[in-house]
Amino acid sequence: MNTRLVVAAAGALCLALAAPPPSAVSAEEEKPYKVVDGKVDRETFNGYRRYGNSCLQCHGPDGSGSSYAPNLTESLKHMDYVAFSDVVINGRQNVTQSQQNVMPSFGHVEDVALYINDIYGYLKARSDGALGRGRPQRLDN
Amino acid sequence: MVRRFALAAMAALALGAGSASANQELLQMQRDPNQWVMPTGNYANWRYSELNQINRETVRNLRPSWQFSTGVLRGHEGGPLVVGDMMYIHTPFPNRVFAMDLNTPGRVIWRYEPQQDPTVIGVMCCDTVNRGPAYGDGKIILSQADTTLVALDAKTGKEIWKVKNGDAAKGETSTMAPMIFGDKVLVGISGGEYGVRGHVTAYNLRDGSQAWRAYSVGTDEDIKVDPQRTTHMGQPVGANSSISSWQGDQWKLGGGTTWGWFSYDPELNLIYYGTGNPGTWNPSQRPGDNKWSMTIMARDANTGVARWFYQMTPHDEWDYDGVNEMILVDNLTVRGQRVPKALVHFDRNGFAYTMNRENGALLVAEKFDPAVNWASHVDMQTGRPQVVRDFSTRAGGEDKNVQNICPAALGTKDQQPAAFSPRTGMFYVPTNHVCMDYEPFRVSYTAGQPFIGATLSMYPPKGEQNLGNFIAWDAAAGKIVWSRPERFSVWSGALATAGDIAFYGTLEGHLKAVDVRDGKELFSYRTPSGIIGNINTFTHRGKQYVAVLSGVGGWAGIGMAAGLEGSSEGLGAVGAYRALSDYTQLGGVLTVFALPD
Repeated sequence: MNTRLVVAAAGALCLALAAPPPSAVSAEEEKPYKVVDGKVDRETFNGYRRYGNSCLQCHGPDGSGSSYAPNLTESLKHMDYVAFSDVVINGRQNVTQSQQNVMPSFGHVEDVALYINDIYGYLKARSDGALGRGRPQRLDN
Repeated sequence: MVRRFALAAMAALALGAGSASANQELLQMQRDPNQWVMPTGNYANWRYSELNQINRETVRNLRPSWQFSTGVLRGHEGGPLVVGDMMYIHTPFPNRVFAMDLNTPGRVIWRYEPQQDPTVIGVMCCDTVNRGPAYGDGKIILSQADTTLVALDAKTGKEIWKVKNGDAAKGETSTMAPMIFGDKVLVGISGGEYGVRGHVTAYNLRDGSQAWRAYSVGTDEDIKVDPQRTTHMGQPVGANSSISSWQGDQWKLGGGTTWGWFSYDPELNLIYYGTGNPGTWNPSQRPGDNKWSMTIMARDANTGVARWFYQMTPHDEWDYDGVNEMILVDNLTVRGQRVPKALVHFDRNGFAYTMNRENGALLVAEKFDPAVNWASHVDMQTGRPQVVRDFSTRAGGEDKNVQNICPAALGTKDQQPAAFSPRTGMFYVPTNHVCMDYEPFRVSYTAGQPFIGATLSMYPPKGEQNLGNFIAWDAAAGKIVWSRPERFSVWSGALATAGDIAFYGTLEGHLKAVDVRDGKELFSYRTPSGIIGNINTFTHRGKQYVAVLSGVGGWAGIGMAAGLEGSSEGLGAVGAYRALSDYTQLGGVLTVFALPD
């Protein structure tokens, strides 16, 4: 395996384990996104974009789900940052007689692993109702 | 009546005759309206039946005769095959196949469920759909999600041979129906959103050994061209025609996947199909025409060597895969000239092409949805679409959101096949009526991971609410004859019959029959789930049946599950647009319809 990718994956894992879970912090300013008048900061916008590249094909536009993958704006209401990162990095399978759901592991995918905080921030903003559907406008920064 | 029995008898004889006559057998059987032996109806992709018990007058009495649940929830594309007294149906992953006895409707004679590594589910871009197996030479040939091509004994379901056509670890998967012609079976590959380099491969029907493989993109040897004899718009393609249209090594991730339908002209011995989008949706990362993505291909069935190409969308900037079916019709009169052998293709890009299928000459290229705006027209001398700069995502460049492009990446039509009636000479086409915003951005490639590089939002054309139309098309004139709006995209394969009716399914789950003259609705029945499958018809003991798989999903299940919404809210009545999930839920069910006795 490519060293750089291993490092990226390891880095993302550390982030997942070491970063303080944002949901544990109650202060308003600690939210993992910044939305002002419907405009978002650079990180949240990047999250929107990375979501579009790697997640949208299954989880649908704006995180709102598809006929075969969950609505993430709902999932993040009861899933914290640590649990979210764990599923993104390691993947998850639910394959039974009646279900054929597979979330691939993205631990070795640079476009996801490096920006997992941004993707989480974007989806959390959607989940919290702080951000509507569609392409967000960027804050000038 | 006598003729029908004679045909059935011939088919039965051919069944027993063995592999040497596979070609003759299928050539005969595809003409027998009592059976439905290939997913495309016949080799020419007509999806037409000579049966007429169910017709303009009687169709209103049509009712479900029997149903069968597949036990699988995800999107059910493709449709049933009927061979003699047997019906074969299939499911999305895990790709079950059921062989059922029509004498005891719904009794399962055998079932097959392959063992597949479920990780393949995670690399299928747009649901785990499968468009069904092929029948020939006493075998049922299934192309599984993980690209295993398996031949089963049609009577017992026992495995005869299997081969691996690709590598799911690289994002290579399979959704398409293989096609059997002569002593070979032909299959393509999916994975256009994963940097996969597309190809079609012919395997020998007898033992699964590889006969030939032709890539869409690559060296002359890989793409099987004769630089002097293979033509594009009447001119030889020349040496290195593909590689010279890419920068550096980008062609190795070149896309051009081949997951649509095949057609076959036994007289010319040519097979026809289209290739998909070039690798990454961000056009700035792949300068050049990106040949031969987005191309109609005509290849020699024995050797795979290309006779002609026609690239519809050079340097794609919108994900307008060119994989939709090629419909082969004879003796079309275009501008007063008789065209003995024509090819008609409804492309994702919103243009319907009529071509001479012997030499690849372009005869007609017209929009089959008036909303199409990304190109003003196709230059008939060069064959190139004249791109409107305002809708060019390349001109906009990376990180620029280009708005109101029609059609959306879904295309004016996706793989859901159209039907052709030789009685009317018209085509009956299921279409999407959706536009988009498209913002390309830079991506890196990781094998087996999405390689997309654009964010999209989709919505109905400005001021409109219907997301689909079912249309009648005149391919000689390049004109819509009638158009029937539908609330959602029409994502089911159509069927036309000698009863002068056309059938299609809706995403809400209605099976509908309309009058071919004017599109007037004559029949509607609500199946248990949205229909993205293809409708067929056949007889059993002299009685005509119509069958369809319902089970919503596929690309139609993305976005539409939650409703589409534009980034700008200036869409007027878009609030009236409701989510598909308010109309239907998942679940695969076969419904077989008949007239009352």
